[in-house]
Amino acid sequence: MSPSPFVFPCGARLVNIETRMKSLPVDRARALAAFRLGDASFYWLTRICALVVLCILGGIILSLMIGAWPAIQTFGFDFLVTRRWAPQLEPTPVLGALGPIYGTLVTSALAMLVAVPVGIGIAIFLSELCPPALRRPVGIAIELLAGIPSIIYGMWGFFVLAPFMTDHVQPLFIDLFDGVPVLGAIFAGPPSYLSLFNASLVLAIMVLPFITAISRDVFMSVPPMLKESAYGLGCTTWEVVRNVVIPYTRTGVIGGIMLALGRALGETMAVTFIIGNSFQISGSIFAPGTTISAAIASEFAEASGVHQSALILLGLLLFVLTFIVLASARLMLARLERKAGA
Amino acid sequence: MDLSTIFRAACVAALTILPSVSAQAVDITGAGATFPFPVYSKWADAYKTQTGNGLNYQSIGSGAGIKQIQAKTVTFGASDAPLTAAQLSKDGLAQWPMVMGAIVAVVNIEGLKSNELVLDGRVLADIYLGAIKKWDDAAIKKLNPDLKLPSAAITVVRRSDGSGTTFNFTDYLAKVSADWKSKVGSGTAVEWPVGVGAKGNEGVAGNVAQTKNSIGYVEYAYAKQNNLTYAALVNAAGKTIKPTITSFQAAAANADWANAPGFYQILTNQPGEASWPITAATFILMYKQPVDADASNEALKFFAWAYEQGGKMAEELDYIPMPESVVKLIKDSWAKDIASK
Repeated sequence: MSPSPFVFPCGARLVNIETRMKSLPVDRARALAAFRLGDASFYWLTRICALVVLCILGGIILSLMIGAWPAIQTFGFDFLVTRRWAPQLEPTPVLGALGPIYGTLVTSALAMLVAVPVGIGIAIFLSELCPPALRRPVGIAIELLAGIPSIIYGMWGFFVLAPFMTDHVQPLFIDLFDGVPVLGAIFAGPPSYLSLFNASLVLAIMVLPFITAISRDVFMSVPPMLKESAYGLGCTTWEVVRNVVIPYTRTGVIGGIMLALGRALGETMAVTFIIGNSFQISGSIFAPGTTISAAIASEFAEASGVHQSALILLGLLLFVLTFIVLASARLMLARLERKAGA
Repeated sequence: MDLSTIFRAACVAALTILPSVSAQAVDITGAGATFPFPVYSKWADAYKTQTGNGLNYQSIGSGAGIKQIQAKTVTFGASDAPLTAAQLSKDGLAQWPMVMGAIVAVVNIEGLKSNELVLDGRVLADIYLGAIKKWDDAAIKKLNPDLKLPSAAITVVRRSDGSGTTFNFTDYLAKVSADWKSKVGSGTAVEWPVGVGAKGNEGVAGNVAQTKNSIGYVEYAYAKQNNLTYAALVNAAGKTIKPTITSFQAAAANADWANAPGFYQILTNQPGEASWPITAATFILMYKQPVDADASNEALKFFAWAYEQGGKMAEELDYIPMPESVVKLIKDSWAKDIASK
């Protein structure tokens, strides 16, 4: 594509400048050429910036692949289905990614299960029901939540949330579902401070602001005319939200959720603090586990050889996992839009 | 005065000051084990006051320390797990023990004081294997007939990062329990059957302090500094031993350093009536042909000072200084192996 020609935003201004140029003792062709040069260099500057991003992305993938190559050669496809993580074995350690993948998916899914309804609920309250005096302080509080460093969430989770959940909430669930077929295994005891469940809750709180802030902004963008017509037809607030606001803003809300999911999948510090860093898969959400990023963070400094390469391979897997999740979200969104359009 | 004048003045000042500063005070850089970090930092403080030379020691873990020295980013590496003579000669490294310490089992059981709970190696291994799940298990009760133990699940806390402390702890468990040896084995990072992982000695100490009915293993200094409850252990001679400097010294006295190439010695499960069962030496790694001979000399000066004057400071933190005969062996090895300018 050639550089776009020099265009003024509005015609009136163009005329104005042209008349002024005529009156000035400047060579008009030269002035225009100078403009064109500036324009072209601006175009190339921005294009290079865009290309640099692509190069960095490609470089990261490439270096991950090079780093992961020894592990891929050693373990092959088995890496994805092996549950053991035994770096001490000689001469070749047995390492498998199933534990971290399981932990990553479970914690992210649980976190979204909690954060999506609560986050959208807050957004509906803020945009539709909240008295104006309260709107700003609550909105700012939500945005501040997003600014808290993740290590703080980890410490808070470790010292405050985990003891509370373990002493009061987990036993409740364990007793409630004791003996029930599938649920009994999911909520099996004993309660543990460091567990998938506690890590998921911290994650949920961490991603909440993303969902709320984006949903609120898109809810506010719904044209008042649409909402008021619905109210005029006698709709309740719930019906307006359900039938007007949410269908109108679906794309934006799902975008916010995807952003949150991306953060939940990759979150490291807070999770490492509170998940227990155990490679076992027990099936219970009250058991300790690990995630891909937590495994990398806690073992990378000490690892060497194939062990280190396996951790890099884990990183590559996280990359792929995140890509699959985001791509399928895009696909889903596109399908939804086509359906809505048809 | 405009900016460029200020900048130029600053440059001139920096150029004139910097060389004189670096000639006066040197920073020795080292990295590695967290286990001896309390005593190294105490020594570093005292050494700085006496000589003006500082020690920049990063306690990033033994494995990372070995990697840093191999990458030559530090003057010395520190590790709790000694390298074998073959590994040393491959990289051209010299190794020697710096100080000895002990690992204790720490527990968090309501109402329990230090040394009240007695454990032996077999029980400890079974707890870490997940075979013993509750504090009122018959095997624990048998060792503690008079103690009232809760019928609560044991939360096992261990290291999530590779660690020399783990190396010595698992080495001990493998020596006393055949089950542990066949199922898990020993190493700086192992395949833990149960438990939650925490980073560093301080992470394990923090987790045990925080979690009711938990058990963990830490270097003795960390247990004391964090006021954790530690258990007495039954040693190889079948005696119940409390972790004290005397029992650590008794275990250390047994080691035969003179006949260990590269000072390769693991001090767990030592014989002797009064020996604490999980003692460990922590090692220093340096290049025989250092890249920077000046830095290497400064580091050796610091170590020599620490052997001569650091003993009391080490004992205050319940580490065991190396016996004089061993220090002599070490100094001889420096003179023989490490090239100065």
